[in-house]
Amino acid sequence: MLSRTADHLFWMARYTERAENTARMLDVSLQTSLLPQSEASVEILWRGMLGICELQQQYDARFPRLAPQSVLDFMTRDPSNPSSIASCLNAARENARAVRGTLTTEVWETINSTWLEMKPRLRYVEREPAQFFEWVKYRSHLSRGVTVGTMLRDEALYFSRLGTFLERADNTARILDVRYHALADRGGDAAAEEEGGRSMDFYHWTAILRSVSAFEVYRKVYSDTITPARVAELLMLRADMPRSLASCMNDVVANLGEVGTVHSRETERRAGLLQADLQYGRIDVILQQGLHAYLTAFLQRVNDLADRVSRDFLVPLASA
Amino acid sequence: MPQIQASAPFDEMNADEGVRAHYRAFHSWLESQSAESLAAKRAEADLAFHRVGITFAVYGDDQGTERLIPFDIIPRILPAAEWRQLEAGLRQRVKALNRFIHDIYHGQSIVKAGVIPPEQIFCNPQYRPEMQGIDVAGDIYVHVAGIDVVRADGGELYVLEDNLRVPSGVSYMLENRKMMMRLFPELFAGNRVAPVAHYPDMLLENLRSVAPSGVRDPAVVVMTPGMHNSAYFEHAFLAQQMGVELVEGKDLFVEDEQVFMRTTRGPKRVDIIYRRIDDDFLDPLAFRFDSSLGVPGLLSVYRAGRVTLANAIGTGVADDKSIYPYVPDMIRFYLDEKPLLKNVPTWQCRKKEHLSHVLANLPSLVVKETHGAGGYGMLIGPAATRAEIETFRARLVARPDGYIAQPTLALSACPTFVESGVAPRHIDLRPFVLSGRTVSMVRGGLTRVALREGSLVVNSSQGGGTKDTWVLE
Repeated sequence: MLSRTADHLFWMARYTERAENTARMLDVSLQTSLLPQSEASVEILWRGMLGICELQQQYDARFPRLAPQSVLDFMTRDPSNPSSIASCLNAARENARAVRGTLTTEVWETINSTWLEMKPRLRYVEREPAQFFEWVKYRSHLSRGVTVGTMLRDEALYFSRLGTFLERADNTARILDVRYHALADRGGDAAAEEEGGRSMDFYHWTAILRSVSAFEVYRKVYSDTITPARVAELLMLRADMPRSLASCMNDVVANLGEVGTVHSRETERRAGLLQADLQYGRIDVILQQGLHAYLTAFLQRVNDLADRVSRDFLVPLASA
Repeated sequence: MPQIQASAPFDEMNADEGVRAHYRAFHSWLESQSAESLAAKRAEADLAFHRVGITFAVYGDDQGTERLIPFDIIPRILPAAEWRQLEAGLRQRVKALNRFIHDIYHGQSIVKAGVIPPEQIFCNPQYRPEMQGIDVAGDIYVHVAGIDVVRADGGELYVLEDNLRVPSGVSYMLENRKMMMRLFPELFAGNRVAPVAHYPDMLLENLRSVAPSGVRDPAVVVMTPGMHNSAYFEHAFLAQQMGVELVEGKDLFVEDEQVFMRTTRGPKRVDIIYRRIDDDFLDPLAFRFDSSLGVPGLLSVYRAGRVTLANAIGTGVADDKSIYPYVPDMIRFYLDEKPLLKNVPTWQCRKKEHLSHVLANLPSLVVKETHGAGGYGMLIGPAATRAEIETFRARLVARPDGYIAQPTLALSACPTFVESGVAPRHIDLRPFVLSGRTVSMVRGGLTRVALREGSLVVNSSQGGGTKDTWVLE
């Protein structure tokens, strides 16, 4: 397969996944912001949302102050924000269009229809935001389903799956770290955060679970009260939880194995190492070290893998 | 010089004595359809074309970077016997054109025989000295030709233009048929319409038949300038239908006198490039140095005979409007045959006596730039204002050899579903001729239709639409 084709497939999948995750995060933030709480807490919440996407500076440059409506606008349809849902769906479609001949008709038409339907829907985001997020998630499910359901088991599929799982690993790690970002913005002093008390804590962690469709899963797996340690364990170490870091890394390793060449040995080794860290990791040890530190390191390693995939397969620099 | 008198256009469906025989079955079906159901079908077609993304980029239009080419649901129908004659004429014409291009880049016998003046060839910017003396596989230059044919008021077919560089539109021929079969399956049960869907197979076979010598199991690719090109959909479509890679210049590189593509598993050799990119942009080392679309070193591999380009470099010299008047002479000269298809009478403004005739008759003529394309840069006398005619006159006088003139043909009209109902609109026809080891064609082509009432411009860049083209069996 052409390297450029693989590159487009990889990014098509990443942008589709990113649009879905952004919708998930926004949806949960919106719901959480409806809970009775001080204005300051609501602001923390939205700051955290921008923080995990590394978009605080860009937001501040565009808007005079933090307002939920502006954040929604910025994150859903602002064309100047490359991570807005509209930008992601646009980029997914542009990448798909560049390789439409490699995709099955169903995959192309699904992605193209998403793009066509997006424009009228964007107009009503503020009236019915939850419905819009539902729609984005639904279209992402559809894209993924039609990809897995119709594409030949060959490189085209493997590179697109690689994109999906690397992006999802990145996004789940960011969602888990949202609390750190919210607090860091207020000066990073964890002690100052105690005022909200334990009940806010409960809502925070359930919101995180909901954002990755894991609330019911949690109840089923633990049949117990919601604790930060268990939430972290579920979303990081449980390989049977489809959006967990461990599950994503299993899929990254499997798909990388399918496309591997003599040039990609080191990339495969690093992916395997990261997979093993999660497989044999223990949540109490991770929490002792500090969740934020662990997640920061994880994000670095995932980004390193994505860079290496690019170099090994997608944008080879040398001709030979 | 023969004249064609302008009069009422020939109607493809209706003759004075009633509906033409080959339209009868369709006509009675059409009678049974309500305007509402036709409108609903058209809306269904539009929706499907949008979803499939069969769109067209219009140059110089920032707004609608992607537009649909309007699709008309009323087919253009040709009877079997007429098609047979047309096909024979097209095959003959393309054979002669291939011989001509080979000749001018080799012995130039046609010039030596005095049939075509040398300056018409060697001063033509489309003549490529790089090709002089170079042998191409099978001596084939025009692997894919799109010949524009129109029917004038007498009912006779004329060749309006030979497109020998990178003719486009074949994907619309195929998609229009698919759409018609989906919208109106009952029509295909009642009419024996020659199929066209095997075109991509034919194209692939044709391309593989002109592999560089000594190559077994040749690798074919389609080369596109990229997704922002107006015909990108077609490039992607053909690559997919043939099951070959769609490449851009940056995907290819030259090493050891071979062309390779960059793949996820390392370099892979490329033998045949069906390129949909103009000569000028193929190789920045040889042609436009500022072009990033091409492949540095490609020309040198090509000249060494180690890669096939389809179409060959330098075919533009044969589809230029200043060479067009000589095509019937080429047929006589190379094939020793009588031309089966007519040329539109053409005044070459570079000739003094022709120029004075043209200047005296501007309001009734169509004047075209010899190197123009796409319906741009032309004067349609009968539709032009006095001021436009005078502007054009000045341009003609200043640079007569840049123009040719033809009578304003009353292009035939075909019933078309427009806002006011079913009404006649002017059409042309572009059949595609494939040349490799053999010459092959599917029975069909792209019918373009000028949707504005009275308009003669069928180009999609200027408000033209398309129709399905039926050749009856």
